[in-house]
Amino acid sequence: MGLEEETGGSAKDVPPTEQELSAEFDTTLQKYLRGEGADLEALKDKKLKGQLTVREKLYGNSAKAAAKFEKWLMPSEGGYLEAEGIEKTWRIKQDQITREVDILSSRNQYDIVLKDLGPYTLDFTPSGRYMATAGRKGHVAIVDMKSMELIREMQVKETVRDIVFLHNETFFAVAQKKYPYIYNRDGIELHCLKDVTTGEMIGNFRTGLGRTETMQVNPFNGVIAVGHSGGTVSMWKPTSAAPLVKMLCHHGPISALAFHPNGQLMATCGREKKIKIWDLRKFEVVQTIPGHHAKTLDFSQKGLLAAGTGSYAQVLGDFSGSQNYSRYMGHSIAKGYQIGKVSFRPYEDVLVMGHSMGWSSILIPGSGEPNFDTWVANPFETSKQRREKEIHTLLDKLPPETIMLDPSKIGTVRPYKKREKPTKEEMEAEKEAAVEAVKDIALKKKTKGRNKTSKRVMKRKVLIDKAKKPFIEKEMQEAGKLAGKRKLGEETELPASLKRFVRKKAAV
Amino acid sequence: MKVKVISRSTDEFTRERSQDLQRVFRNFDPKLRPQEKAVEYVRALNAAKLEKIFARPFIGAMDGHIDAISCMAKNPNFLKGIFSGSMDGDIRLWDIASRKTVCQFPGHQGAVRGLTASTDGSTLISCGTDCTVRIWSVPVAATLESDHASNKPIEANAVYVGKNAYWAVDHQWGGDLFATTGARVEIWNHNRSQPVNTFEWGTDTVISVRFNPGEPNLLATSASDRSIALYDLRMSTPARKLIMQTRTNSIAWNPMEPLNFTAANEDCSCYSYDARKLDEAKCVHKDHVSAVMDIDYSPTGREFVTGSYDRTVRIFPYNGGHSREIYHTKRMQRVFCVKFSSDASYIISGSDDTNLRLWKAKASEQMGVLLPREQKKHEYQEAVKNRYKHLPEVKRIVRHRHLPRPIYKAKELRRTVIDAEKKKEERRKAHSTPGSIVTESVRKRRIIREVE
Repeated sequence: MGLEEETGGSAKDVPPTEQELSAEFDTTLQKYLRGEGADLEALKDKKLKGQLTVREKLYGNSAKAAAKFEKWLMPSEGGYLEAEGIEKTWRIKQDQITREVDILSSRNQYDIVLKDLGPYTLDFTPSGRYMATAGRKGHVAIVDMKSMELIREMQVKETVRDIVFLHNETFFAVAQKKYPYIYNRDGIELHCLKDVTTGEMIGNFRTGLGRTETMQVNPFNGVIAVGHSGGTVSMWKPTSAAPLVKMLCHHGPISALAFHPNGQLMATCGREKKIKIWDLRKFEVVQTIPGHHAKTLDFSQKGLLAAGTGSYAQVLGDFSGSQNYSRYMGHSIAKGYQIGKVSFRPYEDVLVMGHSMGWSSILIPGSGEPNFDTWVANPFETSKQRREKEIHTLLDKLPPETIMLDPSKIGTVRPYKKREKPTKEEMEAEKEAAVEAVKDIALKKKTKGRNKTSKRVMKRKVLIDKAKKPFIEKEMQEAGKLAGKRKLGEETELPASLKRFVRKKAAV
Repeated sequence: MKVKVISRSTDEFTRERSQDLQRVFRNFDPKLRPQEKAVEYVRALNAAKLEKIFARPFIGAMDGHIDAISCMAKNPNFLKGIFSGSMDGDIRLWDIASRKTVCQFPGHQGAVRGLTASTDGSTLISCGTDCTVRIWSVPVAATLESDHASNKPIEANAVYVGKNAYWAVDHQWGGDLFATTGARVEIWNHNRSQPVNTFEWGTDTVISVRFNPGEPNLLATSASDRSIALYDLRMSTPARKLIMQTRTNSIAWNPMEPLNFTAANEDCSCYSYDARKLDEAKCVHKDHVSAVMDIDYSPTGREFVTGSYDRTVRIFPYNGGHSREIYHTKRMQRVFCVKFSSDASYIISGSDDTNLRLWKAKASEQMGVLLPREQKKHEYQEAVKNRYKHLPEVKRIVRHRHLPRPIYKAKELRRTVIDAEKKKEERRKAHSTPGSIVTESVRKRRIIREVE
């Protein structure tokens, strides 16, 4: 027993029992069911009930088919790293891993040294195929990661602070000294976002919360989170001038911010050397990891968290499933190099770090999603497929109003709020408003002797009375109810012999 | 140390030769698709808009008659053909694909009131106001060669003269009997010159008749005394009668649920009944603004088409109270007869302006052979639109139909009248003792009584 525990990998050797299999199947089924089914017992409409039962059954069938597909038909399996004996995973070095792994993967572990042009920042396309890097001193390069081919390299002759890809690898945006610029794949400058009135700007908001150093988009719901120097993180959606959420996260300025791809966890790091993991549904801290002053944070597709501090990159993983991050791997680059940005490569077990002397790529087994979906992001995309995908994404472009904290709210029914009775003042105000509205109506000017003043006055009076009528009816109803209540009280007080003399009114 | 890293070899994930199809790999995990509901909503909106862009239901008109078209008949054995009879006695067989007359059946002196084809498609039976029933044999060769278009006149096989004008005729499904109505309901055999059986109930003219598709001995008729009567051929007396407040112009049995029939009534609505339980309508279909003249079910049994005196053709779902589609044209005047084609794709309407018009059953359907990819795409668009069709933006687009001004005004007028009546009723109820005024349900309101 003790030996088995030590080795730790024996769980893979014993075939899982039937119960475990079915439990696993159930969890994957839950994932594909996307929430609870509708409560059909509460429905009174039999036709609708029948239609919905059929539909729920269909959903169940499609979820089962998807779960079975996931179990049997996925082409690739994920990576893993298991320590044997007294080894710890975080002491394992990159060269050890590179020796064990196949030649194609070992080529993913390298360092590129570019001393002159400043700390490098980088960004990947969603498929992980292309990488855009920019050095502070103006060096911009687009690299094809599969073939390690340099697609385009240029010098923009200004300080560059950040670089991102737009919807695919043919367009990227560079945050230069004064304004952001948009470039083509061939390096041709397309736009300079100089004048705030040109182009289609959706929103321009003053935060009022102090200097912001970090900004991230939550991939789950599309809201933008901004970290401020006061330690607050505010979340914005394009159509509202006020932030959706303002959270006080740290005592000092926020130095790094990252979102988990499932949209439920957020990692923040403050200058006081603590990394905090937040649950975004309850907006509470789940875990605090002391001792790290990370300048950059990134979550991988499988939920591993990379933190870059100085010349050391730390990868934390949540292995028990209970959102408890512990050390998984670490890597220190040459002393004196400062890590500027860490970024996991999508669909690969690779972490790329941009630092002051270029960039390095290391292998982190188990960080990437092994199975990609061709219609979502295809690392092996041909140019024809890319063009088609561009058109389809344009057709599916979301209007800015659909970005909200809980994206599953679209299509749901607003809960029925019982309207409280308006107070007397409100009713008076409504009545006045109705009367004013009526007074503004212009009456037709009649000719041929039909335009008598008395008639006009009478007509106006009638209109005003008509406008007041519904309010008066309501008042009478209220008065009737009150009177009814009072009457009931009175009736109980009368002695039995006098009850026959009480006037009975017909019930309304 | 056990280690494995994701490594994908390019050969596994790309195609081998350029004539192969590109490889597609799927991962249905929801976490790869953030904001999927928002994307679906945008797709539903686009699907609704595209449906409206491609909605061109009118295909063409079949020109040839010189008087209003009073009746039409489908040939159960030949999909492409339709018979039509007009008010001047002219009967024609049309080829729907080319929209041309294949042959004519001259002979009737007055209006042709009823047309029906036998189940094997070889015989056509017509009846008219000249008190005759004529039996024609449909030339098979002519129906096959549609490009012939020779308009050959054909002689009648037999002419049976009766005492009164005939109003409608219908053929038994799978049998060799047919029924004519006029002063009374008469059952004929093809070869006999006198009716085999006669049914009479009351003294009013019987204006339409329909045999049940599932039960060949059952037939339903409607008469001028505002009644719908069910007859069984095996019994000597009529079976059951239902009297309503207004006259029923036409009846159609649901081919998929043969116990249910729908009656097109003069009070602008259609009433669906279960033949076993006639005291309450199963569904009331209200959308027309003038009398409904004719009704026909789709072979799927899921919807039916009605033609009305208000110059429109509407398509209703079999269990829905309101129409899903309305077709109208400036040139189409009072619609007297409609038919749903036997492949559930087309609607043929015959109207007062001497034309038969061909329409698509689904206005935005792409006709012709579709590639499987196209079909899947259309199905997806339909499904995603139906999922979000209750939301206001999508609903507004899906529901939108242009109505001609007279119909729009008539609808508004009816709306105000109904609202005023309802309000009055509510006030009466509010001011009387509870329980003294009982509102009848809509399904029972128009029924006067049921007679055995």
